[in-house]
Amino acid sequence: MELNTLTGHRLIELLDKKDISPIDICNNIINKIEKAEKNLNALAHFDKENSLERCKNLSKTARRGALRGIPIFIKDNICVKDELTTCSSKILKGFKPPYNATVIEKLIGLDAVLMGKTNMDEFAFGSSTETSCYGPTRNPWDLERIPGGSSGGSAAAVSADEAIFALGSDTGGSIRQPASVCGVVGLKPTYGRVSRYGLIAFASSLDQIGPITKDVEDAAILLRAISGHDEMDSTSANIPVPDYMSGIKKSIKGLRLGIPKEYFMGGMDEEVKNSIKSAIEKLENLGAVCENTSLPHTEYAVSVYYLVATAEASSNLARFDGVQYGLRPENIKSIANMYKKTRKEGFGDEAKRRIILGTFALSSGYYDAYYLKALKVRTLIKKDFDEAFKKFDAIITPTSPTAAFKIGEKISDPLTMYLSDIFTISANLAGIPGISIPCGFTKSNLPIGLQILGKPFDEEMILRIAYNYEQNTEWHKRRPQL
Amino acid sequence: MAINRDAVKYTANLANIELSDEELDHFTGQLDRILAYVDKLNTLNVTNLEPTSHVLEMKNVYREDFVKKSLPASEVIKNAPDKENNLFKVPKIIDTEA
Repeated sequence: MELNTLTGHRLIELLDKKDISPIDICNNIINKIEKAEKNLNALAHFDKENSLERCKNLSKTARRGALRGIPIFIKDNICVKDELTTCSSKILKGFKPPYNATVIEKLIGLDAVLMGKTNMDEFAFGSSTETSCYGPTRNPWDLERIPGGSSGGSAAAVSADEAIFALGSDTGGSIRQPASVCGVVGLKPTYGRVSRYGLIAFASSLDQIGPITKDVEDAAILLRAISGHDEMDSTSANIPVPDYMSGIKKSIKGLRLGIPKEYFMGGMDEEVKNSIKSAIEKLENLGAVCENTSLPHTEYAVSVYYLVATAEASSNLARFDGVQYGLRPENIKSIANMYKKTRKEGFGDEAKRRIILGTFALSSGYYDAYYLKALKVRTLIKKDFDEAFKKFDAIITPTSPTAAFKIGEKISDPLTMYLSDIFTISANLAGIPGISIPCGFTKSNLPIGLQILGKPFDEEMILRIAYNYEQNTEWHKRRPQL
Repeated sequence: MAINRDAVKYTANLANIELSDEELDHFTGQLDRILAYVDKLNTLNVTNLEPTSHVLEMKNVYREDFVKKSLPASEVIKNAPDKENNLFKVPKIIDTEA
């Protein structure tokens, strides 16, 4: 049996029966990586011996933790002590953090085996994983296509059975959109649900770490493992974390689901539209009450996002200046020269573009017209959701307007690339949780994702709807032939 | 035009990023298109709205004021591209000859 093709919860059952050991899983994963990775490029840093060593050390102990020795891959913007953590950027070349992110401490405490780091868009700036300094990751369903982004490495690795569990981060859709186009499950928690301590910041008011897995049950297990209040992140919420597994198996009979008309307009792919419509019918067959609704300020979300997120990014990325870590070019004459040269050589195109855009939006004379206005419109977007959730238990939308596009198709046109996030970014601006699950395939066999958005801190509800849908469909069982 | 070449150059300088001439040309066009797109925000009346800089309803988060253990200096400094005696080393900041 190829253990790397199984879900985490199935492996936990087998481990508990002592039919298999974590080393068996690790070996199967390594075999798959050796076979598939040269085509995929899903991993940024992976050391086979190191992973096996960790696994062996774990096997000697009792393995009582909730994650029992299941291997996990981590997006390259989450700090792992003494392991390369580079945000797929040249400017963090060689950086090995002196501490673990809180989510990493939690995973280790629950006996997960850290395998390595996944490829991503540089500093999570992108929707295609093409801006990585390690080169693009490829979509396991079609190697000519993008795996989504920015957590494209995590989604591709899970989809290709190189990984059982993976962590991503989501600032404007960077977990949900790659999960959608790779045919796996990705969940962005409510802002504040998961500690951001040790997540290298992109936009601090939007960023959240979340799970990318093969099915909904695994997403629930991994979300529970990483959630909770943390005094190291003052924006983490002191709200109890439920045991999601007991809640998600409840029926969805009588639940009220809103279908916002703004998510079915404009340049949306017909095949995507039809899949979402079928998924909505399925949810109705399962007893949910679906009703059309409106989130009237949806069309402003991309504009708000690319001002707020870049403004915050320009501030967060000021720390990369050649002093404390990473790159410092040779033959530097003065300190001002050092800052400029380091950032010229260290940042890629998209990072420079976003830093300049964000700096512009915050600069004297433009602050009110751009940044402050964007924050005010953000209020309207949040109010849209507050209103909708008075009436509905969750909101159903497509995750992305199209299936995976071709590598190179949008990279030279940033605005077109930004518009591919159109259905995911509102959730970050409003701080609400969202999940993407497989809900169909195009004629050319590319996955399509369904997005379920929930009330703040009600991850249990979106997991429950997702679980009921998944258990009554077969989409999540399809795997790419690699 | 929402932004011109000089404004991009000026802003890049504020952000401490040196740009080549080609980068300046190509960013100016792209940023101008992005700013033209976000211009749609001007169709909304926002006068009586409070800005949302943060979605959680929380104010300042305090903790007891006591000393906690921190990383040793040698650990903090270990990633520095240039260092001396547990200190970050940088080029001369004040040029006395100028």
